[in-house]
Amino acid sequence: MKNIKVLGSGCANCKTTLKLIEAAAKDTGADIELEKVEDIGDIMSYGVMSTPGVVIDGKLVHAGGIPDRKTVDSWLAG
Amino acid sequence: MFEAFASLLIYQILGVDPASHTGAALHFFVMDTTKIFFLLFIIIYVMGLLRAMLSPERVREYVRGKPKWLARTLAIILGAVTPFCSCSSVPLFIGFVEAGIPLGVTFSFLIASPMINEVAAVILVGILGWQLAALYIGAGLLVAYVGGVVMERFRPERWVEDYVWKIQMGEAQAITPDNSLSGRHRFAIAEVKEIIGRIWKWVFAGVALGALFHGYVPEAWVVEYLGGKDNWFAVPGAVALGVPLYSNATGVIPLAEAMLGKGVAIGTTLALMMSIAALSLPEMLILRKIIRWPALAIYASVLAVAFTLFGWTFNLIT
Repeated sequence: MKNIKVLGSGCANCKTTLKLIEAAAKDTGADIELEKVEDIGDIMSYGVMSTPGVVIDGKLVHAGGIPDRKTVDSWLAG
Repeated sequence: MFEAFASLLIYQILGVDPASHTGAALHFFVMDTTKIFFLLFIIIYVMGLLRAMLSPERVREYVRGKPKWLARTLAIILGAVTPFCSCSSVPLFIGFVEAGIPLGVTFSFLIASPMINEVAAVILVGILGWQLAALYIGAGLLVAYVGGVVMERFRPERWVEDYVWKIQMGEAQAITPDNSLSGRHRFAIAEVKEIIGRIWKWVFAGVALGALFHGYVPEAWVVEYLGGKDNWFAVPGAVALGVPLYSNATGVIPLAEAMLGKGVAIGTTLALMMSIAALSLPEMLILRKIIRWPALAIYASVLAVAFTLFGWTFNLIT
């Protein structure tokens, strides 16, 4: 099971990113645990200044915008 | 091309009288929306293909540890070319502080970033011509530089919230982008969607306001109350008006176009544009999370004074 964290202090793009990953996981049946990280100190501990960011199993894979669906699918598949 | 399309649609197909208020306003609206959205798609897509967008994480690495004048110049240039959403200003501010970048330099970045960006620059050239575009950009860079220097004099460190100093930032992890052609294409499309999704409403609001101004506000009224260069109150009035009004820099351009068309002085128009783009209540409320009111009040005053002086200067020399 993959642990996916969405980093973002509650802006619209962060919520969209979270929903996008949720939807992608549902469609592909990928087994994931999705978390939202809202504390600014925690977000920055990943070295991210531009939100939303995405962390998979402790590794930062994306920052600064809504990822596109294909990229999300590749994270879930890989 | 856009003008011809607007004429065809409004005057020929819909049969609106070109001499009427409605005709003038609709024509302006159709011409500017088609032109701006066309330009937006092209620029954002091309920038996306080139992946020229700099992330704040990289800006931080470039700026940290440089001598102050160089750090400030870099911060302003990078602020101008980095697209940045005001919702990122908190992490950005903290990240800069954590890297030991002086607060004055951070303020220069915060001023430059909303006022100038490559998207707004291309739209400016497309709508107002390159001279006015150069003027606006040059003024923005200057205000950002001087504004940051002045902020520093007030020792704003005193007013930074305590928790900001305590945050430890992790090592930035490199994200390896997919640099194949299809990867770049997908990135560019995502950028177009993201940026247009974020700013379309400002563009529409700006064009609508511009169209109303263009179609319905009589020129005599403008000259009487706004236009006259001798009317010294017009510039600070424009700056004050810009505070409650908030828009993306791109959205302000059509309004400026309509104002200039009706004979509002250049300095007054540019002062309003800058105030709407850089001085805004929502932005202040976001910054309030990291700095206390005295620093915010100084920040707003420094910008208001700078925009006013700039507006007056231009009204004098043009």
